[in-house]
Amino acid sequence: MIITVPDANATGIHMALVKARHNIGVASSMVFTMVVIADLRHYEKALLACKDAGREHPSRIILVTNGQAKADRVDAEIRLGEEVPGEIISLRFHGDLTEHRASVVLPLLLPDSPVVTWWPGSAPDKPGQDPLGKLALRRITDAMGSSHPLKAIERRARNYSPGDTDLTWTRLTPWRALLASAVDSYPSPISEVFVEAAPHNAASMLLSAWLQDRLNVPVTRQEGGKGVGITRVTLKTDNSDITVSREDGKMATFSAPGLPRRQVALRRREINALITEELRRLDVDDIFASAMRCLVQRCERRDAEKAKR
Amino acid sequence: MPPPRDPRNDGRVTQVSNFVNPLRDPQDRRLPRIAGPGALVLFGVTGDLARKKLMPAVYDLANRGLLPPGFGLIGFARRDWADQDFAKIVHDSVKERARTPFREEVWRQLLEGIRFVSGTFDNDESFILLKQTLDELDDSQGTGGNHAFYLSIPPNAFDQVISMLKKHDLAKRDNPRAWSRVVIEKPFGHNLASAQELERKVSSVFHSQSVFRIDHYLGKETVQNMLALRFANQLFEPIWNRNYIDHVQITMAEDIGIGGRAGYYDGVGAARDVIQNHLLQLLALTAMEEPTSFEAEQLRTEKKKVLAAARAPRDIASHTARGQYLGGWAGGRLVRGYLEEDGIDPASQTETYAAIRVDIDNRRWAGVPFYLRSAKRMPRRVTEIALNLRKAPHLPFSYADIEALGSNALVMRIQPDEGITLRFGAKVPATLMEIRDVTMDFAYGTSFAESSPEAYERLILDVLLGDPPLFPQHEEVELSWKILDPILQFWAELDTQPEGYPSGSWGPSCGKTMLARDGFVWRRP
Repeated sequence: MIITVPDANATGIHMALVKARHNIGVASSMVFTMVVIADLRHYEKALLACKDAGREHPSRIILVTNGQAKADRVDAEIRLGEEVPGEIISLRFHGDLTEHRASVVLPLLLPDSPVVTWWPGSAPDKPGQDPLGKLALRRITDAMGSSHPLKAIERRARNYSPGDTDLTWTRLTPWRALLASAVDSYPSPISEVFVEAAPHNAASMLLSAWLQDRLNVPVTRQEGGKGVGITRVTLKTDNSDITVSREDGKMATFSAPGLPRRQVALRRREINALITEELRRLDVDDIFASAMRCLVQRCERRDAEKAKR
Repeated sequence: MPPPRDPRNDGRVTQVSNFVNPLRDPQDRRLPRIAGPGALVLFGVTGDLARKKLMPAVYDLANRGLLPPGFGLIGFARRDWADQDFAKIVHDSVKERARTPFREEVWRQLLEGIRFVSGTFDNDESFILLKQTLDELDDSQGTGGNHAFYLSIPPNAFDQVISMLKKHDLAKRDNPRAWSRVVIEKPFGHNLASAQELERKVSSVFHSQSVFRIDHYLGKETVQNMLALRFANQLFEPIWNRNYIDHVQITMAEDIGIGGRAGYYDGVGAARDVIQNHLLQLLALTAMEEPTSFEAEQLRTEKKKVLAAARAPRDIASHTARGQYLGGWAGGRLVRGYLEEDGIDPASQTETYAAIRVDIDNRRWAGVPFYLRSAKRMPRRVTEIALNLRKAPHLPFSYADIEALGSNALVMRIQPDEGITLRFGAKVPATLMEIRDVTMDFAYGTSFAESSPEAYERLILDVLLGDPPLFPQHEEVELSWKILDPILQFWAELDTQPEGYPSGSWGPSCGKTMLARDGFVWRRP
């Protein structure tokens, strides 16, 4: 059912929810609250993403957008039992209330359970200091969702605070897993790394930072080629190279000295799968933090070289 | 642990054996463990299990990115098939049954390593051909001489296949560079003596840590869920003993009959089929002490201890029951009785309902009966463990207030819809004082984002990773037979027909009397 609560306050929304749940006769087994902050332009898309996420994770999803009315008010719409196991509360803020959204969201958080904030599109520069971001244990941003992905990932790295995560990192998991198992099956010290990717690919920056952080060897990132996303990673060993290349965004070819070339599926993943992975663990991701620190160092070195020239 | 095989010097033991992969870190919990290169040989590919479970599980693993680039799948059966015929069978089974969506590129990756060997279990040439095929895969796919043999075949063929594997040097027991592992399915023998005989055969060819005995009812996920519930919480441990627990009921009910499995089932029966392995494992996990760690070895030690303390009831006639389903209406369909099923001897005394009491002689459980029942053609499919608590020592209410109050219960549902239910009394609102049982429910499916992988996915991955199995090793199998053997012998000596029960009911009256003698009733699951 969809219940609209125009010009509401937090108490009113909460009462409407309790009543609706009572009528349907379901017990609540929701395990966390997810606050989704989207632009009004992206409202429909964000709602769809929320429904998708809600289908997999029974949670209270609070979809926050800003409206254009002059009055200081918030309009609420509650979706319950609409193809999703959890609840979706969409809040549209108007007027001065747009500056005080946390005052409405805070009372609506589920008791004693984790809160996750997700910006599907553009995100604040410092998510950890955003009033809505501060409510959350996990803050999910997506550098690829912004108009300048490379700048966005750099900004995230510079402003990193524990609990931040970026879907760019999540996208990398299959690549990282494949590279780690490549080194497993060909155990040998690595002297240098080359990462090739399509232009404006934030993931390749982060992958390079991770590889440098872990291996402590020079990592060179190159843009170009016809492929999508990351197209090739070359690990130089004493003998020759371990390479994983992927042209079409689906199928990768793996080769290492002395081993037959093999194909392995390495698909770019849907947003749903990414969010699922993100929500699997809600503690601080130390490996990501360390990779982000390395990314900052790489950027600083690049800036220093630019300044010299 | 043998040092890793080094592909650079043609498989000779590597010099950099203390090499630590810098890309891995115990803190990095996102990185899945991908199996190392290896080939999986399926014996009995034409069977139901292979088509319905094993092939889809292999695909699901590949789709989740958990199979290595060097992976081979070999089918072995008495069919005149070429590789592509077998590939077609796998393809169809994957399309129909896989848990995850079908993706062309994942299929392409699998297809490169699919081979078929046409042969019989008694033919030397077939096994020579199998060896050649494995060697070819090692070259073309880089499976590195690592081979797992999955014996999805009738128990009477185990012997033959295992001897052939040994004869043709396919099971490299003591090769430090490559591994050979074997998966066998229940039943592990039909009594203690035959289980010991089977163990002697298998261990002459494979190391005990290379033998994976699968109980496909009991996935590793379920075991781990139970361990987490019991040992990650402070809430349950204080009541987990005879001071608070009255009795325990462990049920596995199936709504189906024996279907087309007459050949397997007749003469085996519910006790051997399910209680010996599955229910006694559940009992062990429920009743064992806390292991010092969750390593397979420690876990097994605790399970062995509790199984050694468990025994059949002294008065077997009073504390066991068996039944056989009769024809009738079950779940809205007219079904045949057991004796009328195709391929069943009309005079068969095989039980399709078995219930036994097990007593555990240790400090924690002395005097707490564990009731185990397993049956076919029950009203619905359910597996659960119910711990029933004692009544409160004093109830400051009048009898009328608490007429509808039962005892508290903690129920661990294994399937379907894995979860936990807690039953306790609550006052009915707006009455003077009327107390009734209510339940509080937790389901894994609705509280976590991901559905649990199929038991077979975990198993196949564990086999390829060489993870010490949580599945029982031979000592546990033998201890379980020790508990069951006296009961089976008693039933055999009775030489009477098990009591009939209508299909779609909760079993024969002797099952109910058995509990009534101790003052209990079966829960309706």
